[in-house]
Amino acid sequence: MPLSIKNLPKEEILLQPGHAACPGCPIGIGLRIVGKVLGKRTVIVVPACCTSIIQGPYPYSAIKVPLVNVIFAASAAVASGIASAFEAMGVRDVNVVVWAGDGGTADIGLQALSGAAERNDNIIYICYDNEAYMNTGIQRSSSTPYKAWTTTTVTGKQEFKKNVPAIVAQHRIPYVATASIGYPLDFAEKLQKASKIKGFKYIHLLAPCPVGWRFDPSLTIEVGKLAVLTGLWPLYEVENGVFRLTSISLGLLDKSRRVPVEKYLRLQGRFKHITDEDIKVYEEYVDQLWEVLRKLHGKKIV
Amino acid sequence: MSVRQLPIIPISTPRIGAVGKTGKWRIFKPIIKQDKCVKCLQCWLYCPDAAIIRDENDNVTVNYDYCKGCGICAHECPVKAIEMVKEE
Repeated sequence: MPLSIKNLPKEEILLQPGHAACPGCPIGIGLRIVGKVLGKRTVIVVPACCTSIIQGPYPYSAIKVPLVNVIFAASAAVASGIASAFEAMGVRDVNVVVWAGDGGTADIGLQALSGAAERNDNIIYICYDNEAYMNTGIQRSSSTPYKAWTTTTVTGKQEFKKNVPAIVAQHRIPYVATASIGYPLDFAEKLQKASKIKGFKYIHLLAPCPVGWRFDPSLTIEVGKLAVLTGLWPLYEVENGVFRLTSISLGLLDKSRRVPVEKYLRLQGRFKHITDEDIKVYEEYVDQLWEVLRKLHGKKIV
Repeated sequence: MSVRQLPIIPISTPRIGAVGKTGKWRIFKPIIKQDKCVKCLQCWLYCPDAAIIRDENDNVTVNYDYCKGCGICAHECPVKAIEMVKEE
């Protein structure tokens, strides 16, 4: 049965109301989708990140499934251990999921992530990418995009965003995908696909943060959609080494159908200072990116 | 309680309202106009706080105890059936 809003379960399986996320937080939406798709037989590993606050203070938790809080660098390694233990016990129907931020994935957790990917451990690694260390006060991460303001890059970051899904794809794992919180059903479909594959699965979820990106909380979904529609955040999957653009991104190979990048950038306070030259740099970046994607689409890349 | 009686690994137990009634954070309150609603469930899908309750017939209501008033539901509603009203 194809996924649609109507046939997602009505009850909340993973996240309960009354958690500590800021209003308009994309993580709440993401975690609810994870619960609805993967079901109760799920174990979540959470390193230090926004989610370790959102779950609530001891002795209560807003998360209904077993959750392990671990140190920043160890999330993928801990999940590997849990998955191996389940295998040794003969338990086959549990999804072991890492739910880590971009700091815990692209910076501090990269080594453990790479190790687990290389061993092809049976886990689903989800990186929700809010493009900075939001939980500790909006410090730059290697996932922060070009010219974005953070509290440690007050004049805008000078470097471009690290392409983590491409790095992970080079580990020859069965499944890598990108998703955006603006398209929850696309994310749900990719999760469902990942849950049926044995081995290491990686999903990189763009999660627009109203606090750190400086936009109104009601615009979370719109910003998530615009990131895709402008072509800055392509939705794709790499299944057994074959690259394929998915859902809305498939139509964006035609340049005329892409929304101008300026519309996405101007919506966010973190890009308030950018000049017309910076926007040109972004436009060139998007054009080059899509030239590469055009060549990759439908091909075996690893 | 002595130190020896403390748990070796602290384990939290799940409950609704782990940080209390988060509805108190709200500045604007969503009001659903039921006569305009087309039951598309977009608001339910997008709510970060699981504060939109979906019943058997796909009717939606707001759980004001936990709605933080972010306004995503009102912004995303395709028929503009949700209005944000300032809390008094």
